[in-house]
Amino acid sequence: MKLITAIIKPFKLDDVKEALRGASIDGMTVTEVRGFGRQGGHTETYRGTEYQIDFVPKVKLEVLSDEGDVDRIVALIADAARSGKIGDGKIWVSALDSVIRIRTGETGTDAI
Amino acid sequence: MESGNVAWILVSAALVLFMTPGLAFFYGGMDRSRNVLNMLMMNFYCVLVIPVLWVLVGYTLSSEPFDADFLGSFDFAMLSGIGIDDNGGKIATIAFLGMFAAITPALISGAVADRMKFSAWAIFVPVWSLLVYVPVFKWVFGGWLFQRGSIDFAGGTAIHVNAGIAALAAVLVLGKRRGWPHEGHPPHSMPLVMIGTGILWFGWFGFNAGSALGANGQAAQAFLNTFLAAAAAGLAWIVVEWRRDGHPTNLGAASGIVAGLVAITPAAGFVSGAAPIWIGLIAGVACCYAVRLKTRLGYDDALDVVGVHLVGGLVGSLLVGFFANPLFFGPTDEGGLKFLEGIFYGGSAKLLGEQALANGVAMVWSFGVTFAIMMALKKTIGVRVSAEDEATGLDLAQHSETAYHSGGLG
Repeated sequence: MKLITAIIKPFKLDDVKEALRGASIDGMTVTEVRGFGRQGGHTETYRGTEYQIDFVPKVKLEVLSDEGDVDRIVALIADAARSGKIGDGKIWVSALDSVIRIRTGETGTDAI
Repeated sequence: MESGNVAWILVSAALVLFMTPGLAFFYGGMDRSRNVLNMLMMNFYCVLVIPVLWVLVGYTLSSEPFDADFLGSFDFAMLSGIGIDDNGGKIATIAFLGMFAAITPALISGAVADRMKFSAWAIFVPVWSLLVYVPVFKWVFGGWLFQRGSIDFAGGTAIHVNAGIAALAAVLVLGKRRGWPHEGHPPHSMPLVMIGTGILWFGWFGFNAGSALGANGQAAQAFLNTFLAAAAAGLAWIVVEWRRDGHPTNLGAASGIVAGLVAITPAAGFVSGAAPIWIGLIAGVACCYAVRLKTRLGYDDALDVVGVHLVGGLVGSLLVGFFANPLFFGPTDEGGLKFLEGIFYGGSAKLLGEQALANGVAMVWSFGVTFAIMMALKKTIGVRVSAEDEATGLDLAQHSETAYHSGGLG
């Protein structure tokens, strides 16, 4: 079992969600985060003074997946989230020790 | 007093009261989210303590008798002897003036943001009100400065220049915020700032037009002037911004509006025609540049009280020397003293000179006494929060409150 984490541009969330739904992947968790990579921050001006805002708002998406599905899901997310401009984000995959569905008690792959 | 006049004064009093919460949001939105409640509290506190102080001794010392030179008497302490046999005119006026007394110290809160101990503020407000607001008010309205010929319709000198220079004195004693000016923070909620601005403009109609103390032509003119000056100043500010910095901003529009409102305050019931537009345009441009002085001169006036209220008030008050129209020096004025016309209405430079003197005197007194009060507080209970509290945020440190509990996390 794997955890797929993606940091994407906030306006791409709908595209990614629809792409995953279309592929019958029905679960995800979304968090609003801030961060930066190679994309710098931006400048805001208040009363003539400029403020450099380093952290850029992003959305973090987390999806659970079977080993076999990982590559397919990662590709789906990347294609939907890509704008071609700097700041598109990253996706990483980590191993999961265990998963349990709270309502039924199912574990392992049945819980995904 | 005629019912119509009493009614208008009562409505104006309510409008001016609304300005203190308006100011609270105007400043609060500009402040950091970890200090917004402290900013709101500093403002609301003024409207808690000043009304009581006002009826106890503030009104009588600042206003009775009208022609006392330097200070009033204690004759009407606790409003003793004042009833409603004049159809309520006196009480309505006292209430109205009390709202001004409340908002004036509140103006200073914007300068001392993010680092002042609330206990020090709690003492500062009533003490400042008694030692600075009351005497300056007396001198400007009926007292020696007025008798020399200076005029101030709704408190450009007595309130805005007064509070503006006091803010400067206060921040010089308080010191700069940690990291200023290298580390800055943008306003945490521009929507709150705009709400505050709208409330201020709305309330200012009471502030200015209500100062005619009657529902009459002068009040109507003051109302219109308030409308025009704010618009002109807001426009001027965003045009300057657009050309100088590349973008017109909400904060610029809001600041311009307030600068225009401040500038028209001393002039509201004394000018007409295009004068309010000129006053607004000049104040808008002047204040847009004046807010940069703090970085250049090194004083941390957090939310630009000096740049907007001191400078805006001075601009408006001096322009009265040019634009004062004798059309308004009629029977609605008390005391029967002859007023001086502005330069553009055939007057000499005498009015301008008296305006300059009145503001100069007010500035010297206000700066000196405010500085002394702050130093006394500094040497006794201290005026500044600890470095740790400044970093944590005053809402939690001083009030044990948090403004924003995120979403479902309660």
